[in-house]
Amino acid sequence: MARHLPDSPAELSRALAGTGYLPDTGLATAGWLALRLDRPLFLEGDAGVGKTSFAAALAEATGLELIRLQCYEGLDLAQALYDWDFPRQVLHLRTWEAVGSRPGRVDAAGGGSGPPVDPAAVEASLYDRRFLLARPLLRALESAPCVLLIDEVDRADDEFEAYLLELLSDWAVSIPELGRIVAPVPPTVVVTSNRTREVHDALKRRCLYHWVEHPDPEREVEILKLRLPEVTARLARQVARATARLRDLDLAKAPGIAEAIDWARALHALGAGGLTAEVADQTAGTVVKLREDLERVREHGWDTLLAGDSA
Amino acid sequence: MSGPADPLVWVQGFVAALRRAGVPVAQDRLPVLVRALDALGPGELYWAGRLTLCATPEDLAGYDAVWRELTGGRAGRGSPRPRVPAVRRAAAPLIAEAARPGADRAPGQPPAVVAARASTEEVLRHRDLAGLTGEELAEVRRLLALLAPATPLRRSRRRRRAPAGRVDAHRTMRAMLRGLGEPVRLARRRPGRRPRKLVMLLDVSGSMAPYADGLLRFGHAAVRVRPASTEVFTIGTRLTRVTDALKLRDPDTAIRAAGARVPDWRGGTRLGDALGAYLRQFGHRGMARRAVVLVCSDGWEGGDPAPLAAAVAWLSRLAHRVVWVSPHADRPGFAPTAAGLAAALPHCDELVAGHSLAALSELAELLRRG
Repeated sequence: MARHLPDSPAELSRALAGTGYLPDTGLATAGWLALRLDRPLFLEGDAGVGKTSFAAALAEATGLELIRLQCYEGLDLAQALYDWDFPRQVLHLRTWEAVGSRPGRVDAAGGGSGPPVDPAAVEASLYDRRFLLARPLLRALESAPCVLLIDEVDRADDEFEAYLLELLSDWAVSIPELGRIVAPVPPTVVVTSNRTREVHDALKRRCLYHWVEHPDPEREVEILKLRLPEVTARLARQVARATARLRDLDLAKAPGIAEAIDWARALHALGAGGLTAEVADQTAGTVVKLREDLERVREHGWDTLLAGDSA
Repeated sequence: MSGPADPLVWVQGFVAALRRAGVPVAQDRLPVLVRALDALGPGELYWAGRLTLCATPEDLAGYDAVWRELTGGRAGRGSPRPRVPAVRRAAAPLIAEAARPGADRAPGQPPAVVAARASTEEVLRHRDLAGLTGEELAEVRRLLALLAPATPLRRSRRRRRAPAGRVDAHRTMRAMLRGLGEPVRLARRRPGRRPRKLVMLLDVSGSMAPYADGLLRFGHAAVRVRPASTEVFTIGTRLTRVTDALKLRDPDTAIRAAGARVPDWRGGTRLGDALGAYLRQFGHRGMARRAVVLVCSDGWEGGDPAPLAAAVAWLSRLAHRVVWVSPHADRPGFAPTAAGLAAALPHCDELVAGHSLAALSELAELLRRG
């Protein structure tokens, strides 16, 4: 795929908007620098602020393939980097045995029914590239330029972070049986974290760091209008304002952009012309996802939360 | 232009100011900053620096403060103001008695006999921490630092090679290839072990003041044993994370550093609010999940106990175990009459005492058993 590098952060911002993602200045600058300097971009922020979708939008805006690695505890090299296709290798070996001489007995008896075979050649054919299963990290190295999303790295354990360190500085991987595979150009890497634990400094030091904020109400209105053209501007404004106030309530799970979109969509589906306390409470399940949080919101009162919104 | 004529000269001063303000700028970041500046142009110094020199939300707050100071209030173009938990550095001298010389002894107490050290230790072990002064206090603190409170290991999701367990297909196949396709010995693997997380929530309100020092030292010992999987917070009228301070090696220095962070030392109690804040900011996001949580408090709740009960119930749904440590639990005739404690107890797995060295040793033993 052709790699299209925007000339400035503003141009990247416009390209991202073209894909339906509206970044703020900081995020656009961060993304542009990541592309320009070939540095991984480390994005932290609350769940639902659009870290993962930023990587998808970045790929779409630059015309690059998106390769995603979802992290979890226990993620190891065989799942993240590469693995040998053992069943096919064994099958290959058995085929050798069936059609040719038995490779292991060449020295002893000079072969079986067929001509003598060089055991080294057999072994080399076993560790051929076609028996190598490329997992996301290796796939990204081989198909660069591309966007590699390493999602929720805080869910993986320290051992995995150590693998990443090497990969992100050398853009290469050494496979003992096959040799070194080097990326033709470094892939654009986006690492995201919800900060459920502190990721090691050494990893962050190799990256550009950006803390992703919830969008301000004006930008959220723009996002809602872009994603849900059927929703009235008034409803979009009300939902954006109410969502912003919900975020200030210090909830355990502050509503993200996806929740705001769901909320507006639900209100639209119910045929609500505007956001009232009654209809807000009925549709609360789309934005407030915890019983404790809902109690907190009700204690605070929907009326207070929506005050000044009837205009 | 947000910067002056020669950005590089200015950057040097800026980086020095950042370091003075406590933003740890590593030397190897500077070439990256220069490249970023080169790519973006000198007018974008704010973003170039912010994206390359910072590594945590706390760094961002320090960065923005230094930037405002040096540029006279302009915070870069359209920069969002990060909502970052501010590092609270309110002064609250914690070590009141710690610095006192050993000779200072309460009247009526016998002088310590060095020869009878072992038996003194035995007596000291059971003495209430609230009544200790001078040499005895110093001795108890020394012994507290020797405790190694640690949780048992839990099964990890990562499997490791083992002589027994489930068949490890990959290694078996690899061995088969070496054996020219002949099935050889089966390789096996089973889940590895990882330390279970330990979270200590320590009440530092007025009524807990005599015990807070001892419990904080217990926390310090726990952080020293497992720095990566232990977290310590103080709760009172607000929530303060003191884990970083407790990572300092020397107990006295660590306790002093932790005390300097706690703004509500010996203040009132709003346990429900503080616990709720912990759950919303840290616990629910992952820190309390599958962890052993110690709530160290006498359970005196200033306000309505209902929020505290709700918070502890929430905590117990997230945590592996909730252990309530009350300094009064061992007293003869103790009954959980404090309104907060009575409300919280139904949701706790265990109620233990934490008033003496012996009680804290038992607590460490309880943690080890899991």
